[in-house]
Amino acid sequence: MIKFIEHIGRYFIMLQKMLEKFTKFDVLRKLILREIDDLIISSLGIVSLISFFVGGVVAIQTAINMENPLLPRYLVGFATRQTMILEFAPTFISIIMAGKVGSFITSSIGTMRVTEQIDALEVMGVNTYNYLIFPKIIAMTIYPFIIVISMFLGIFGGYFACVTGGFTTHTDFIDGLQLDFVPFHLNYAFIKTFLFAMILATIPSYHGFFMKGGALEVGKASTTSFVWTSVAIIIMNSFVTNLLLT
Amino acid sequence: MIEVTKLSKKFNDTYVLKEVSTNFEKGKTNLIIGESGSGKTVFLKCILGLFSPASGEIIYNKTPLSKMSSKERTMLRKDMGMVFQGSALFDSMTVEENIMFPMKMFTNDHIDEIRDRANIVIKRVNLINANKKFPSEISGGMKKRVAIARAIIMYPNYLFCDEPNSGLDPNTAILIDNLIQEITKEYQITTVINTHDMNSVMEIGEKIIFLESGEKKWEGTNKDIFNTDNKSISNFVYSSELFKKVRKIYVKENK
Ligand SMILES: Nc1ncnc2c1ncn2[C@@H]1O[C@H](COP(=O)(O)OP(=O)(O)OP(=O)(O)O)[C@@H](O)[C@H]1O
Ligand SMILES: [Mg+2]
Repeated sequence: MIKFIEHIGRYFIMLQKMLEKFTKFDVLRKLILREIDDLIISSLGIVSLISFFVGGVVAIQTAINMENPLLPRYLVGFATRQTMILEFAPTFISIIMAGKVGSFITSSIGTMRVTEQIDALEVMGVNTYNYLIFPKIIAMTIYPFIIVISMFLGIFGGYFACVTGGFTTHTDFIDGLQLDFVPFHLNYAFIKTFLFAMILATIPSYHGFFMKGGALEVGKASTTSFVWTSVAIIIMNSFVTNLLLT
Repeated sequence: MIEVTKLSKKFNDTYVLKEVSTNFEKGKTNLIIGESGSGKTVFLKCILGLFSPASGEIIYNKTPLSKMSSKERTMLRKDMGMVFQGSALFDSMTVEENIMFPMKMFTNDHIDEIRDRANIVIKRVNLINANKKFPSEISGGMKKRVAIARAIIMYPNYLFCDEPNSGLDPNTAILIDNLIQEITKEYQITTVINTHDMNSVMEIGEKIIFLESGEKKWEGTNKDIFNTDNKSISNFVYSSELFKKVRKIYVKENK
């Protein structure tokens, strides 16, 4: 427990130190562009693939489980939309990203730690927190963009599976999509997404930064980082949901 | 000139450095020797300010490190170069980018000027045809050269090298040692080198500090080492038969 509080304290000190002395703008800009490439662009493929197919499966499952003929078929579209926007795209994809982006961040910073590259930066007088973590945070501010794509492809996947599989008609599905749309749900989803993005950028950085040991420990740190990042996302999710939706 | 007074460092209640005092002069190659685990790297990192000591003081040109403001520390950092045990090159950058990095980071010089300066130090360390290569594509000896070039591009007053020739063949090791010594003389740098290589001790040991389990057990020059009857250092130096013979001959010749 004391260990845990120590970690939390060190995590916030890390964030504070990150903002103390800024890296030269020219250098920072290049770093941010590289992080966007590494963290955002390179995740588009896997996110699209997963969203499309999970969207399809969610829609088919809903359709199959609605055996009662009294239930209108347009509910399939409605359920798909709600699932995708409220939970699947923001939360589920973020947990997948904790595995992909998170372990990438931990292992790349961790490798720099064990090969003394972080020490080398520090000796030169670089604010290593700012140099290594800040660009990741900025890059992750466009993470909601990935989630928009995931929502869209998830719903499209649902539509595609239902219409081609003969579970609903085109009109039924579209009617369902338009049913009872609450704009606040989108706000809720994006507030969540933004908070998850900050978690995804900082917790894995922390685990990389403060790891000790050699190459083997880099692997272990990535695993620990994945566990804690997912836990943080889940806790943040229930917290935000309680705060905004109830 | 760097003065170290009664420097101690502990990790979780075990002392790895115990009250080490010494000083390092300008324009000299100062060596820290000792067995693996004797505390050389920790000592160097304390001097650099990467570790904060449990007690004791490190004084750079009359200013104690612990009394420096963060601005003064940053200024000092720009005046230091460090060659790490494993070279610590940035793997995401080419050789040339690695060497130019400190200048890009801390000066507003035009890229052409920076490149010119990089080429001067690249030539100085005899790196040929490696500018566009990545660290993973060059040999260990070349990595050391890149690390030295990166350490001296800002023309620092202090140069620190952690085992600059470990993992190199004897010829390359001597070349790297001599390179460091020449640079030290040429730019009048205060150089501190960690090593456990007896060849380095003999070649460039203008001042030698011997550490054993975190304590300074001996201090002197490479000439003194043959004449001392200090037990600890004799055990370290004459662990090889070759050096026992060298000592016999040396003592005979100098009678
Ligand atoms: N970060 C650390 N945390 C805890 N103990 C450490 C740490 N760094 C070093 N030590 C301990 O301090 C002692 C001295 O280590 P150091 O790395 O200085 O040895 P060294 O003389 O440089 O050895 P080598 O020649 O193998 O590089 C060792 O016993 C090591 O276990
Ligand atoms: Mg060492």
